[in-house]
Amino acid sequence: MITRHRDILLFLGMALLLILVGVFQSWQLALTIFNLCVISAVMSIGVNVQWGVAGMFNVGTMGFAALGGLAVVLFSAPPVTEAWSLGGPGLLVAFVTALVTVIAYIFAKGYFNDAQYRWMILFGIVVVGFYITQRFFFPAVAAIEGFDAVKYGNIGGLGLPTPVAWFGGALLAGLVAWPVAKLTGSLRTDYLAVATFGISEIVVAVLKNEDWLARGVKNISGLPRPVPYEVDIRALEWIQNLATSMDMSARDMSSIVVKLCYAGLFLVVLALVYWLTETLQRAPWGRMMRAIRDNEDAAMAMGKDVEGRHRQAFVLGSAIVGIGGAMLVTLDGQFTPGSYQPLRFTFIIWIMVIVGGSGNYRGAILGAFVIWFAWIQAETGGAWVAGLLAENLTEGSAARDVIEESAAYLRYVVMGLILILVMRFAPHGLIPEKTHTRVGN
Amino acid sequence: MTDILNALVHLTNLMILPGLAYASQLALGAMGVTLIFSVLRFSNFAHAETMSLGTAFCIIVTLWFQQLGISFGFLPTALLALPFAIVLTAIFLILSDRMVYRHFRRRNAKPEIFMILSSGIMLIINGMTRLLVGPKGRIIDDGERFLVTAREFKEWSGLAEALVIKNTVVLTIIIAIFICSVLFWFLKNTETGKSMRAYSDNRDLALLSGVDPERIVFITWILVAVLATLGGVLFGLDKGYRPFVFQQLLLPVFAAAVVGGLGNQVGAIVGAVVIAFSEIGLTFAWKRFFSYLLPADLEPTSMMQILSTEYKFAVSFTILVLVLLFKPSGLMGGSQR
Repeated sequence: MITRHRDILLFLGMALLLILVGVFQSWQLALTIFNLCVISAVMSIGVNVQWGVAGMFNVGTMGFAALGGLAVVLFSAPPVTEAWSLGGPGLLVAFVTALVTVIAYIFAKGYFNDAQYRWMILFGIVVVGFYITQRFFFPAVAAIEGFDAVKYGNIGGLGLPTPVAWFGGALLAGLVAWPVAKLTGSLRTDYLAVATFGISEIVVAVLKNEDWLARGVKNISGLPRPVPYEVDIRALEWIQNLATSMDMSARDMSSIVVKLCYAGLFLVVLALVYWLTETLQRAPWGRMMRAIRDNEDAAMAMGKDVEGRHRQAFVLGSAIVGIGGAMLVTLDGQFTPGSYQPLRFTFIIWIMVIVGGSGNYRGAILGAFVIWFAWIQAETGGAWVAGLLAENLTEGSAARDVIEESAAYLRYVVMGLILILVMRFAPHGLIPEKTHTRVGN
Repeated sequence: MTDILNALVHLTNLMILPGLAYASQLALGAMGVTLIFSVLRFSNFAHAETMSLGTAFCIIVTLWFQQLGISFGFLPTALLALPFAIVLTAIFLILSDRMVYRHFRRRNAKPEIFMILSSGIMLIINGMTRLLVGPKGRIIDDGERFLVTAREFKEWSGLAEALVIKNTVVLTIIIAIFICSVLFWFLKNTETGKSMRAYSDNRDLALLSGVDPERIVFITWILVAVLATLGGVLFGLDKGYRPFVFQQLLLPVFAAAVVGGLGNQVGAIVGAVVIAFSEIGLTFAWKRFFSYLLPADLEPTSMMQILSTEYKFAVSFTILVLVLLFKPSGLMGGSQR
């Protein structure tokens, strides 16, 4: 019972911190932080499925968050019909031939199991498949990218409602995660880490360079929103009334209402994801995962399919990260592949899980709130410290310039310190996982 | 004949020399990764940042020297500053070991724990380098820039293609070869080197034979400081110093170490050569090379570039995956996956 009270107190403390931000800084800032905390919480639940529950060291979170973001473009953006009519058929043919090639390869690999010319046949399939695919792919891409390149140059999306796109984010991230898991499933920890790290870099490189998909580094902005625009609701009577009664301008009030709408939507998703993972955790599946994590050999001896379970956890975790990535892009209203960086999208999420308490979903959520809060406030704090330091230096001196320019990077130091200190002094995190094995000793 | 010579000069100028320099820089990085892996048993995520930190120290000392008016003749001043940078980096690494890793080493923590800790160190260095030299980056190459300029070469050879030899490229290759030889000699012939190898091969047996583990770890970090700082400074001299670019070196350095076989020093060099030349070769525009060799009517119309330069990372990673799939212990044999 004591631990339960402690959890509640920790969450209440976090809420108090956010309220303090609202009172002393601004409510807008508090809500902005809150929304990003909720999104981070979804991502950290995803990482927790992989690391906390399955014990897999996946440092490719960034790639799956980016895929979630791509899904928002592909599912919810309005379609660019002209580009589709120009390059769509070619693209579809290329897609089908690529798929047929892969299927033929897998089939031939099994069918010609001991034939002498096996590698020649396999090689031939790949070469022919690649040749046909690229014959259709490149002209189609050229046609799509050529169409009104300033404004579009991409295929657009399906024009579906935004929440469907969030689900699409899970789908896309999961679809990519499956072959990745298949490929890396048998690797040892060090190699898995390096491999997933590389995959995430490649995913982002593809998003940056394949302009036909989502305009690459030219970015896509003005993505559809699931909530009304501030400008449209500013004139509404109840907003005006609320604003006067709260002693605020209608402009601030409308922005707060919009942020509250987002917060509501995100909370629903977080609750669903939490419910799903927590149910799985209590189900035989979760028990089996923990057994595998704690003693792989014993689990294998009991007839558990370790690689298969790992694959499931990898796909599930990546899909959840994909949902988080999708919600983030929706909140920003734009998709900017250049903004995906491993520090922000992989390592910070990892710190959230570890600080919160890995293996425990409530911990992952709390960790996300605490770390995102610290991440934002460390920037303010960093600027303040830099200001103090710079005061004593002469105006325009090189040292002063460096300090002022790099104040924002102080927060990386803070994050690293938090991670190391938690690992050292509270290795089980803020909310430790309840392990039933530890009861006896 | 001239055509063939032109083609060869073109290739040497734009691919072989830059490739060798890049391979040397990667090899220095990868040898550090593989050294940490074999002695301390984890993949050090902070390694690219360690190279960056060493370079940042070097830049600061260089700037100080330049203010004092000290220079190194036709060689870059940074070379004079190198020993100081190495010492500073070694101090940082040993302090980080004492304050962070040692506690977990004594508890025999799993490699995952060390990897997470190293990512914490990575974040700290990431902020530190920016505080030291600013986020924008600097060019640290002073002294003479070219050993052979384009004009000199053209006048001497009478060819249409020019061979430009940058000082930094020659320096990089010479220093890398020298340091690698010294390291191999050290590991093979000295008492300390032998006990280091014994410790990484079989920890328990080495401990039984009276090897002092803390001393081994201490020396390992010093060697890592030498390798990482050298690799970083040489990369910085060659291509300029930008914190963000150094951050991105992590993947090719890891790839080189894994492709060669984690824990295998020779493998790290082989891996670096494989990664460097595939990255450059696959993103190289082969058009001019073939237009010299092929008859006029067969001249290629496209750039003959296999991949666009932005996919450089994809190259190192794809090789990494292929090696993991088909030769899991790396090309030269290292620790099993």
